[in-house]
Amino acid sequence: MASTSKGLFGSSLARKYWMAATGLFLCTFLVGHLLGNLQLFVTGEEGQLAFNEYGKFMTTFPVVKILSYLTYASVLLHTVDGIMLARQNRAARPVGYVKENQSANASWASRKMALLGLLTLFFIVVHMKSFWYEMHFGTLGTDANGNKDLWTLTVTAFEQWWYTAFYVVALAGLALHLSHGASSAFQSLGVNHPKYTPLINKTMTAFAWLIPAGFIAVAVFLFVVQPGQAL
Amino acid sequence: MDLTLKIWRQAGPEAKGEMKTYPISGVEEDMSFLEMLDYLNEQLIDQGIEPVVFDHDCREGICGMCSLFINGEAHGPGRKITTCQLHMREFKSGDTIYIEPFRAKAFPIIKDLMVDRSAFDRIQRAGGFISVNTSGNTIDANAIPVPKENADKAFDAATCIGCGACVATCKNSSAMLFASAKISQFSLLPQGQPEAKERVLNMVNQMDLEGFGNCTNTGACEVECPKGISLENIARMNRDYLFASLSNNK
Repeated sequence: MASTSKGLFGSSLARKYWMAATGLFLCTFLVGHLLGNLQLFVTGEEGQLAFNEYGKFMTTFPVVKILSYLTYASVLLHTVDGIMLARQNRAARPVGYVKENQSANASWASRKMALLGLLTLFFIVVHMKSFWYEMHFGTLGTDANGNKDLWTLTVTAFEQWWYTAFYVVALAGLALHLSHGASSAFQSLGVNHPKYTPLINKTMTAFAWLIPAGFIAVAVFLFVVQPGQAL
Repeated sequence: MDLTLKIWRQAGPEAKGEMKTYPISGVEEDMSFLEMLDYLNEQLIDQGIEPVVFDHDCREGICGMCSLFINGEAHGPGRKITTCQLHMREFKSGDTIYIEPFRAKAFPIIKDLMVDRSAFDRIQRAGGFISVNTSGNTIDANAIPVPKENADKAFDAATCIGCGACVATCKNSSAMLFASAKISQFSLLPQGQPEAKERVLNMVNQMDLEGFGNCTNTGACEVECPKGISLENIARMNRDYLFASLSNNK
């Protein structure tokens, strides 16, 4: 047999490898991001100075810079690849069913990955405009140590109920996206083993709910406590 | 029992189809679903109406010819059965039953409920075989030791009857469960090794060329598969393809 293959680019399976690899990388990014956010539980000037110092480190340290470029690239690739997959999938069934009982055999989240992904993308755009853009290109004041005062920008943003509410909804969407995607990525990469898969699935399901819950906890904490008012 | 059947009627591949309603009475609960359609067709012929075209052959769940998307599920509401093994006792008098053809771009409609599934044959021809020396000194297959677990898994994969329920069920019309079963039944056995890399690369390539969709790992195919083919096969295909792509010389 002579081989006729598109290899690691272009084939249906390869597209899924890229979805899985970028998705899992972005999962590790979420862990790092959440760990940073946990500092927002420290209120007062102590919290402000520590958070802004951390902000400076995250925007200047070379290793973090490389990781941030990898993260941008992953979001972009995950999005473009996902859209291409969704378009192909749509084209694979030009005429749909009159009656289709999809809930009989698959979870809601697994069937709505593209929708949940687009919601997450919209969230990322809003989120980056609010903080990333202001940090890099905006005109932020400085704190007592002379660092850009990202802390005040952050805590005042979450004083608005609608902003916090948007975060809660978007992160719930992310949780649903991850509830399928985080364990599904292993299957896409060919990892399915009777001994390890149950553990992987349990771990990744816990990950899918706990990480967004952590982000939500920080947002709700800032809304309730309003640490910006105290300074 | 009395039923209302809503059936997709389409005169030919290019014709515009539509759902038509047929009331039917006198259906017995011991009839198989296909016998119920035979019964309907007898009545339609008596009335001078063109009978409903549908695929069938062995009617004992092993040939893979019968299809049908019944009330929103491939092979109907039952589990691990084909449409020919579905009996009318699963329905109640007064029910409305939707009967549609398997839907996929790669499975074009021939007429009414009959679709062309030869895309599966072409995937199979792209690599779903082993080359055997038949010059007279053929080695008995049993002469090569095979771990029991692998033999069982290969056999499980080989029970795929190629009916296409996986494609019909999948929201993406993906043929991954079928292709992965046909790849796994060889890749698990020593006899499948010499052509293992080319097999997975070629069969996946043919699957893509046929216009099937991608896998979202919803698991719907495994649920609806009349033979219970496992998603483990798709994972095996994924890693075999990954390694074959990385280590392939071309």
